[in-house]
Amino acid sequence: MPEALVEVQDLVKYFPVYQRGVLLKKKVGDVHAIDNVSFKVGRGETLGLVGESGCGKTTTGKVMLDLETGDSGKVLFEGKEVHESLKKAPRSEKLALRRSMQMVFQNPYGSLDPRMTVFDIISEPFVIHKHIPHVEWKDRVYSLLKLVGLEEYHAERYPHEFSGGQRQRISIARALATEPKFIVADEPVSSLDVSIRAQILNLLEDLQKKTGISFLYISHDLSSVRQVSQFVAVMYLGKIFEYAPVNQVFDKPLNPYTMALLSAVPIPDPVRQTKRIILPGDVPSPVNPPSGCRFHPRCPYAAEVCKTDEPPLRELGSGHLVACHFAEKFA
Amino acid sequence: MGELLRVDDLRTYFYTEAGVVKAVDGVSFVANEGEPLGLVGESGSGKTVTVLAAMGIVSRPGKIVSGKIFFKGEELDHKSEKEMRKIRGKKIGYVSQDPNSSLDPLFTVGNQLVEVIRTHFEDTKDQAWDKGVKLLKLVGIPEADTRMRSYPHELSGGMKQRVAIARALAGEPELLVADEPTTNLDVTIQAQVLDLLKTLGKQLNMSLILITHDMGLIAEMTKRVVVLYAGKVAEEASTLEVFQTPKHPYTAALLASVPRLDRKEVLVPIGGGIPNLITPPSGCRFHPRCAYAKQICIDQIPPLEESGQRRLVACHRWKEIDLRRKA
Ligand SMILES: Nc1ncnc2c1ncn2[C@@H]1O[C@H](COP(=O)(O)OP(=O)(O)OP(=O)(O)O)[C@@H](O)[C@H]1O
Ligand code: SF4
Ligand SMILES: [Mg+2]
Repeated sequence: MPEALVEVQDLVKYFPVYQRGVLLKKKVGDVHAIDNVSFKVGRGETLGLVGESGCGKTTTGKVMLDLETGDSGKVLFEGKEVHESLKKAPRSEKLALRRSMQMVFQNPYGSLDPRMTVFDIISEPFVIHKHIPHVEWKDRVYSLLKLVGLEEYHAERYPHEFSGGQRQRISIARALATEPKFIVADEPVSSLDVSIRAQILNLLEDLQKKTGISFLYISHDLSSVRQVSQFVAVMYLGKIFEYAPVNQVFDKPLNPYTMALLSAVPIPDPVRQTKRIILPGDVPSPVNPPSGCRFHPRCPYAAEVCKTDEPPLRELGSGHLVACHFAEKFA
Repeated sequence: MGELLRVDDLRTYFYTEAGVVKAVDGVSFVANEGEPLGLVGESGSGKTVTVLAAMGIVSRPGKIVSGKIFFKGEELDHKSEKEMRKIRGKKIGYVSQDPNSSLDPLFTVGNQLVEVIRTHFEDTKDQAWDKGVKLLKLVGIPEADTRMRSYPHELSGGMKQRVAIARALAGEPELLVADEPTTNLDVTIQAQVLDLLKTLGKQLNMSLILITHDMGLIAEMTKRVVVLYAGKVAEEASTLEVFQTPKHPYTAALLASVPRLDRKEVLVPIGGGIPNLITPPSGCRFHPRCAYAKQICIDQIPPLEESGQRRLVACHRWKEIDLRRKA
């Protein structure tokens, strides 16, 4: 893997859970949103972050951009610690760092201000960051529109005049306006119609080819992750269970949760019969995650050791990281 | 293979302030016994409205404008509301897209099941309660006795969907209509529910209509498919044929645009967006997005015509174009 652009080290983030008492609210526990997570996103690469709802994907993305503060651990961007830099560095440096990292959200309806024209939406970062001289705004907005597959005349329109896919293009254009090196794309296609999704997935790939940008592509949809990522991290209840180049994760998964996840996806081919691993039970609550390996109550291979000892994320084969006591068995 | 549900030239419109939404505009299909049928299409293509109308539950501003519905050869049109309700639960069970809306938050799971069971059978409350427990066991809910006393909000998404399925099974229907039964569920829970639907079908000798936008689910769960686009049938065929030799450009385009888990392919997106159904495109409703559109497609509505044995397609150009997919 090429040089890391963003690096996450031992990141932890808990959210307190309160119960309302008669007078006071009482803390009853913590949601273990991110529980000691480390990974890298390479320059010019896409890391797909997959997992089921509530496993901590979005929180991870937000902490990486300092939209949430981690409890402990570090996020490094080009080797510099993000949270510290944003607190202590001189203003110009802070703004430059903010510009380097952007986020695209799941819901293109909620994330665009309905009273602003597309021009205003896309040029808003210019107002904030003043990194582009005013005379160039128009050209910039037009070239961004073109980059995301929209037309110049769209600039004067309002968000409600666009379809879901077009709105997502506008969100992407706005994120690109600061000339970022890294974008966290959080479920960018899941609220779009099936026939529109491919437009956005292809757009992400094109942008990467043209600008060398890196993505953290967050999704619960494994097929789309395979489509756009070079590396994949699988998350379960706040932990990374597996991290490897995309084909290794999809063709030779080494963690039983990854295996079950992959086997659960229906493949659009009536001739192919998939052997499905059906996991018992629900995804446990992240408030009191199971002891040892968090997956042990649902794991078909669980043994005594899994109830007591948490498996570390370790390397098995080049660049393939896995957290499972018995990963060798699957290699 | 007997005919279960026949929908004949169904039209259902919504009379809204903005105009008349032609949500379902001349849809026909047959669901046969033991031949799981898929209704596939994108959001707004009319899947849900079609089956709701077939069961006679379209509410204002919606109206069934025309069309005939038959269940085992018997026309349902002239039935009273009360008779329709019986048919709904006892002949056709419906699991809605959103388990939150099909379960009443104010009543326990048990109360809701007892109520449904007692509208269909002359059971005492105790008998109905026991049946309720059995239903929960049937759909794989652990500690069924305790769960009967739970309120919907105390259940996880997967559990709620199981309860919704149990509720739909209460009248012992011959046909189960499952509307996007797994869309809001996590992948591993989705696998559980699919497995449940398969087992139930076999165990109870019950047929299935599956509504989904997911071609993967269609491939796995169905034997026949009706592809809907903007309130009309684009194509109807066996599942195998639809995947191997699609005859409608929309079907082929849809297949080429979805990413696959088993391999990375070049995705070919479908341009444009879903049409507005108040002023749908003239002629073929797919023409603004179709790579094969010609003048005739703008001028004339393509009829749904036979394109092979038990195959229907609505495209002016199906004979001339070759949509076969590279293997
Ligand atoms: N109560 C209503 N009032 C107005 N229009 C409606 C109403 N219910 C449905 N429609 C319209 O009817 C059309 C078909 O809707 P329907 O719910 O059947 O689509 P669907 O294929 O089930 O979509 P989805 O995949 O989103 O569930 C849509 O254009 C929708 O906006
Ligand atoms: S009728 Fe014309 S526009 Fe419609 S699908 Fe066929 S070729 Fe395309
Ligand atoms: Mg629907």
